[in-house]
Amino acid sequence: MRRIISILLENEPGALSRVVGLFSQRGYNIETLTVAPTNDPTLSRLTLTTQGGDRVIEQITKQLNKLVEVVKLVDLSEGPHIERELMLVKVKATGAQRAEIKRSADIFRGQIVDVTSSVYTVQLAGTTDKLDAFIEAIGDASILEVVRTGVSGLARGDKTLSL
Amino acid sequence: MELLSGAEMVVRALRDEGVKTMFGYPGGAVLHIYDALFQQKDITHILVRHEQAAAHMADGYARASGKPGVVLVTSGPGATNTVTGIATAYMDSIPMIIVTGQVRSDWIGNDAFQETDILGVSRPIVKHSIMVRDAREIPAAIRKAFYIATTGRPGPVLIDIPKDCTSPLEKFEYPAPAKVKMRSYNVVTRGHPGQIKKAVDLLVQAKRPIFYTGGGVILGGAAQALTQLVRQLGAPITNTLMGLGGFPGDDRQFLGMPGMHGTYEANMAMHHSDVIVAVGARFDDRVTNNTAKFCPNAKIIHIDVDPASISKNVPVDIPIVGPCEQVLAEMLDIVKKDEVCLDKEALDAWWKQINAWRAYHGLRYSKDESILKPQQVIEALYRVTKGDAIVTSDVGQHQMFAAQFYKFRRPYQWVNSGGLGTMGFGLPAAMGCAVAHPDATVACVTGEGSIQMNIQELATCLQYRFPIKIITLNNQSLGMVRQWQDMQYHGRHSSSTYEESLPDFVKLAEAYGHVGIRVTNPADLDSAMEEAFSLKDQLVFMDINVDPTEHVYPMQIGEGSMRDMWLNKTERT
Repeated sequence: MRRIISILLENEPGALSRVVGLFSQRGYNIETLTVAPTNDPTLSRLTLTTQGGDRVIEQITKQLNKLVEVVKLVDLSEGPHIERELMLVKVKATGAQRAEIKRSADIFRGQIVDVTSSVYTVQLAGTTDKLDAFIEAIGDASILEVVRTGVSGLARGDKTLSL
Repeated sequence: MELLSGAEMVVRALRDEGVKTMFGYPGGAVLHIYDALFQQKDITHILVRHEQAAAHMADGYARASGKPGVVLVTSGPGATNTVTGIATAYMDSIPMIIVTGQVRSDWIGNDAFQETDILGVSRPIVKHSIMVRDAREIPAAIRKAFYIATTGRPGPVLIDIPKDCTSPLEKFEYPAPAKVKMRSYNVVTRGHPGQIKKAVDLLVQAKRPIFYTGGGVILGGAAQALTQLVRQLGAPITNTLMGLGGFPGDDRQFLGMPGMHGTYEANMAMHHSDVIVAVGARFDDRVTNNTAKFCPNAKIIHIDVDPASISKNVPVDIPIVGPCEQVLAEMLDIVKKDEVCLDKEALDAWWKQINAWRAYHGLRYSKDESILKPQQVIEALYRVTKGDAIVTSDVGQHQMFAAQFYKFRRPYQWVNSGGLGTMGFGLPAAMGCAVAHPDATVACVTGEGSIQMNIQELATCLQYRFPIKIITLNNQSLGMVRQWQDMQYHGRHSSSTYEESLPDFVKLAEAYGHVGIRVTNPADLDSAMEEAFSLKDQLVFMDINVDPTEHVYPMQIGEGSMRDMWLNKTERT
């Protein structure tokens, strides 16, 4: 099962490598990873997605909690949450394709953020599924380059992950 | 306020943490610190012959004293040589501080002479590590390192200090020691009272209870509380390899060690139990055998200070996260206050069954007039030292024989590398024990394979006059490897013998300035051992020839349950 683990981390050199190292040392897999400082510059917020059953996820969260720089963490997938990923896609856009790609981008509420005579660059935000669906809709043949940020997210409602 | 250089702050901060002895080896990046050490008297430095041994000595010191061991080494090879020692301490949760020198800050990343990213190298085998970036950070870094290393589940902490941060040319104000506070590191100080009550309630219903306790009892200072509780309840107890000494080994309630080479009665009792009280033990694969078949009828209470140890390998019914000492003491309080007793009738029947298993004498072996059996040597060691020596071991058959045949009566008495299984640990660990307890008898049980992995430390023993007794069970082969080859590879002894290349250990000991005694005739064993231990002020190297064909039994059968064991070369359960 896919999980989204969100971590409040001391913004210190080496902290990130400890989190990443833990996953490889213990044979867990990281699918996506995003990290950046929060409004409090001493803290970073790290979000990662991984696969695993309840026992594996319990071990992962316990082991993460043992890392000295990990201040707090939450498994967002345990409850209602909002998740977003940003994607930039460079696609071939010539002839009749130009209008078709523009239409698809509109349907997915994407924006064309760069244009040349033969290429569109589309920016798209949403859940991982939505981004996957856009790639499928456009088709591999037209896609020149894809870059995705990985998942970021937080819990719905009043719940917060903060000090 | 006093002005100190970075190097002086390192030494002062260590002193303020109560450090009296440290173990290390100088080199370019730590010369400022060694110069500061030279100019003070509070801390003694033991100069080793190889940095790996410095780490094992600090480790042995910690295991024998309960206080953190401190290592000081230079950058590059000095630091990387400590890696096996750090990993050994990490696997057994031993508090240790490793101070490594680093090349000067502006050279980091340039592949400078003797530069290694030791923080990166050591990351998976430390509890935490700290890179000092400014000399002013040194006092706080050292305080934080000690706090983390010694609290919660203990472990090694590494501090990397670039050479420029210890320069004698710059002086700084040295702040008075203050309490460490960290928002991201909080140690559990108390087990949940509701869970503790639930555990006692479950115990009362037990018909076949057993205590299974590990190294956490020793590390957590819980041996006394455990002993009181177990005696009060009258239940049987087994101590893991790391937990030996947590309960008196000569007590009637003690069943010996469980696991791969555990006693027959301990493994049988574990398998047939209905309630297991696991204390500071982590259900290691050397204990459980196949976890799917582990103790099928048992409900499990697990007390541990590390939440990640609970339900990691085996799911438990009543988890209690907390310090072993506090939780056991609280259980004892409830037991006494509420006059809680185990089911008398059921317990009597359980002991009857256990005593029947005991009567099988699973550790029996046959003596021979012409050649010594390794078990016999440990029994002689136990007799001659009156069961009172601090015993360290290396790794292999001799380690298992020592664990099976020496009855450890108190915590901090048995020192061995259980988790990592590090050959070469025994001698330097014994040296650390000798530092921690200068008046104690310290014996290192080893084999002719393991001892050669850190034999250079015989020179350090002469320099500092460590009167260790080295008991080498010499079977002229890597015994445990050979045993597996006998049992699983049709006796093909691939690279487990030395083909007449063993040194003359007696001459070698003499060359290092010590006493060497060789024993080949079984009739000479006791007198030779008496003689060795009568030489109070000298290191004695006993080279004892033992039967190379002897195996360690019982031995659990892989993929089986705890009760599936080979009992000798031909019989199994």
